Amino acid sequence: MTDRKIGSKAAPVRFENVSKVFGKDVVAVDNINLHVEAGKLVTLLGPSGCGKTTTLRMIAGLEMASSGKILIGDRDVTKLPATDRDVSMVFQSYALFPHMSVLENVMYGLTFSGFAKNEARKRASDGLELVGLKGFDNRLPSELSGGQQQRVAVARALVLEPQVLLFDEPLSNLDAKLRRQVREDIRAIQQDLGLTVVYVTHDQEEALAVSDEIVVMRNAAIAQMGTPRQLYDAPNDRFVADFIGEANLLNCQIVDTDGDMATIEIEGYRHSLPRRGLSKGTATIAVRPSRLVIGSDQGIPAKVAKATYVGVRMEYTLIGAFGQVFAVHDDVDAPLEPGTEIRMGFADKGPVLLPD
Amino acid sequence: MTDKATKMTHPVLIFWIIAGWVGFCLLPWYMVDGGLWSFEWLVDGYPFDEDYAPAAFLIGQGEKLWLAPLLITLSLPLLVLPRAKSDPFFARILILSGALGFGWLIAQGFSIGIRGFNFAWLEAVFGELGDRQFGMGYGAMICATSFLFLLTQGIAARGAINGDVFVVSAIGGVITIVTAFVFFPIAKMLFAAFVTEDGAYSVAVFFSKFFDDRLWGLGCFWGAKCGAAWNSLFLAILVGFITTVLGLCFALVVTRSGIRYKRALRALTVLPIITPPFVIGLALILLFGLSGSVTQFFAELFGTQPTRWLYGMPGILIAQTLAFTPIAFLVLIGVVEGVSPSMEEAAQTLRASRWQTFKTVSLPLMRPGLANAFLLGFIESMADFGNPLVLGGNFDVLSTEIFFAIVGAQYDQGRAAVLAMVLLFFTLSAFYAQRIWLGKKSYTTVTGKGDAGVHPLMPSGLSVPVLVVALGWGLFTIIVYAMIVYGSVVELWGVNNSLTLKHYVTAFSVRFEEEGIRWTGAAWDSFWTTITIAAIAAPLTAAVGLVTAYLLTRQSFAGKNAFEFGTMLSFAIPGTVIGVSYILAFNVPPIEITGTGVILVVSFIFRNMPVGVRAGIASMSQLDRSLDESSLTLGANSWQTFRNIILPLLRPAILAALVYSFVRAMTAISAVIFLVSAEYDMATSYIIGRVENNDYGLAIAYSTTLIIVMLAAVGLLQLLVGRVQIGRRTLLGTETSP
Repeated sequence: MTDRKIGSKAAPVRFENVSKVFGKDVVAVDNINLHVEAGKLVTLLGPSGCGKTTTLRMIAGLEMASSGKILIGDRDVTKLPATDRDVSMVFQSYALFPHMSVLENVMYGLTFSGFAKNEARKRASDGLELVGLKGFDNRLPSELSGGQQQRVAVARALVLEPQVLLFDEPLSNLDAKLRRQVREDIRAIQQDLGLTVVYVTHDQEEALAVSDEIVVMRNAAIAQMGTPRQLYDAPNDRFVADFIGEANLLNCQIVDTDGDMATIEIEGYRHSLPRRGLSKGTATIAVRPSRLVIGSDQGIPAKVAKATYVGVRMEYTLIGAFGQVFAVHDDVDAPLEPGTEIRMGFADKGPVLLPD
Repeated sequence: MTDKATKMTHPVLIFWIIAGWVGFCLLPWYMVDGGLWSFEWLVDGYPFDEDYAPAAFLIGQGEKLWLAPLLITLSLPLLVLPRAKSDPFFARILILSGALGFGWLIAQGFSIGIRGFNFAWLEAVFGELGDRQFGMGYGAMICATSFLFLLTQGIAARGAINGDVFVVSAIGGVITIVTAFVFFPIAKMLFAAFVTEDGAYSVAVFFSKFFDDRLWGLGCFWGAKCGAAWNSLFLAILVGFITTVLGLCFALVVTRSGIRYKRALRALTVLPIITPPFVIGLALILLFGLSGSVTQFFAELFGTQPTRWLYGMPGILIAQTLAFTPIAFLVLIGVVEGVSPSMEEAAQTLRASRWQTFKTVSLPLMRPGLANAFLLGFIESMADFGNPLVLGGNFDVLSTEIFFAIVGAQYDQGRAAVLAMVLLFFTLSAFYAQRIWLGKKSYTTVTGKGDAGVHPLMPSGLSVPVLVVALGWGLFTIIVYAMIVYGSVVELWGVNNSLTLKHYVTAFSVRFEEEGIRWTGAAWDSFWTTITIAAIAAPLTAAVGLVTAYLLTRQSFAGKNAFEFGTMLSFAIPGTVIGVSYILAFNVPPIEITGTGVILVVSFIFRNMPVGVRAGIASMSQLDRSLDESSLTLGANSWQTFRNIILPLLRPAILAALVYSFVRAMTAISAVIFLVSAEYDMATSYIIGRVENNDYGLAIAYSTTLIIVMLAAVGLLQLLVGRVQIGRRTLLGTETSP
């Protein structure tokens, strides 16, 4: 897109010691610090009730921080209501105004931004074109499919060229197939226009797919921040390891350390992996299901408890003295029967040590 | 985008400053005889005549100098115009001038009345005031409004509710008018109960009136008369109970029986809205009165002497039960339908029989509805004025006693106030008891999730008696309404039963003459007044109700619970009490509106406001909050959101509130009877007047006409609401294809 009709005024967002308390003592967000760079897509990820939506709404100005400071660009917006912030938001329910046509919906914000009617109409049409809804101007939202409504909601937020664009679980009302496509569209638009986007989801796969950076939240606080790769490969703790892509958490002994590397032992099976600052003694190792090697010569003795065929791969539940793990295997042609005794090893890369 | 936080123009502020100056310098400050809208005052000495002069001219001529300080509070806001809203000086000055101006206006209004100073200590301090003033007119009102909104803008600028001017102003506005027109008159009435005949305050006077035998006497246990308070209480409890049971029967028949004529039963819900309450009483007289058809029939059959059994407790009870059962039905149908069928289905799959399911699940879940229905029946019976007046005989109830204390030969304001307090005490206690009883438990069963279940049928042991009762009572209702229509075309009931249209002719004849139509019928005057007043009151009621509903559902602010309680309180205040308190409060300056059409409009607004509030809350809570929020994040402020998003989506609710308050204003009697004047007579009070003169034919003909007019209004509403098609979001996770 050389001749971009919709521009961007992307600005960074900064939270400084922000807390939000509802009522007297319900802490929804507890003293968080956050920096979202301009032009990046940052995802707030976490289980329900972790404070991610409240954080998003505080950026929008729909909730006011109880303490701390919120900056968008260079401006302190802590006390500004939503109306006066240069932010727009795509809602989970889309919140399209049912009594207005598609074009009127997209024009709505423009008319309050001081654009003349013609200019507003032109910009709204450009916005609809960008999301691939040219020619739908006069439909009512109720006459569109879910995916189309979603795109109208995106266009409505985009055309204001906000400093920050917010998405509140935008895909949760779409079916699985559509989800993949829409999230790719959102990512493409964000990168084309260089928008600052803050995106809330509880779906870790979605977060991994779209984000420049992920903020994992737990109990009103930030558990870990980092690129998708960092979070997946080097989770800080058991919570993050388990939340971002399933992980099998096993107890182990660090029996030897050598520079940056450590050697661990479980039931006589030894494996060497980055040390991550840990010293000898007990520790936890996190192993992704795909990083378990089944049927190798050496490894931990285990028994197949359950075997499930899901088409592209086999899923196994293995039990042993260590407890229970979940493993996947690409060989669907020669599946293991439940009850088979096997040995289970770890792949060379992938497993990480976690502090106990 | 402009940086809104630091912009320097304040259009809303400029508007209210100008309004304040217009009120002060251009409009007549005091009430104008003949009304402002006649514009007679323009050619009659304005702006120098003392009666018509704006405040500025009064001061210029050296009169009413106590209005001069307002000049300062009007000028102060001009200082902040060039400043930014975030400037602390901006907020401080606006709060200062608004509060001082408003406060001063109120203070001078109450201190200086028709006879100079109202309080002895003021006279002691300042000496005799050689001047006086009458009730505030449009100039003063607009000036006061301006001060109020300057104050709210100041409070908003200080950061209340995120600095939202519209919301703060709306809260301030609603609080002010509710205080002025609900709390102030009630308080004034409470004080009136302590006033002796020579104007001093005395507790003894209150007690002597309070412990009057006519109020609390228990004579009926040994053959004499009981006090009005006991009568009212006993009657109200009975009516509340019976209407709840009957309403439940109807609701069960409609939702849980195989009967066909459900639509006809549902039509019942329209009846109480369109029927002036006392019309039922009239119909009962036609049936069971001394010369009533049923009475005559049995008298001839058995050769007995017709008795006056109807007049008194039995008559009122039957009439009120007939009148208020549909209200109970209206409340209960929603609740009975609201019980989630899947709960009942769940109970059945857990091996409960139909009877056990009904007893252990359905009925307990209906409890809030039952409590509500009882409360409504109780309050309506307490407040009902028309039926006891028509059928009461020697059975005194509070509402009629209040009326005779004010209007009758005794003219005893203090007694009326005491009686009204007792009445208010009963209804508020019921209101409060209901809140306590329901407050502890949550009965919400409608979750907004799709519920595909079907309500089970009633167990047969229950359905037979319920059907019999419902059908029997339904038949009786139909007969009563048929009597109303029939009675209007009978020459003289019981004496000369030939059919005639003469009552209609007397009431509604017109003559076509060269200069146009002449409305010669006796009823036209009050008919047009009623239509006009109702038409003015309806949009105002809807507006106040919807704004209040918006504040209650969409905004959170300190003191919201008290705010909600205050606005819903007027629902528990019987019309009779409103009527009495308005007379006592608005007969003297600063708000002197008795005898005008304004007082009728105002009384309708605050009588019917709770209905508007409830309708608004009901439909607003169905609008997803994210609609407002997305509008806000798109840069619209809360007023623009209210106007562009909420109001258009509430069109059906607005129409309903409009028609409902219009119709209620036409059928109301209890408050109106105190507030009408020769110039502004309402249809209902005119009819009551005819009844008191035993002119039943005309009264019934007029009532029938009213019912038909209102039926047309309601029908029109149905038509309009049916037409208003709004695209609804249907998907929410259900639609899949792109």
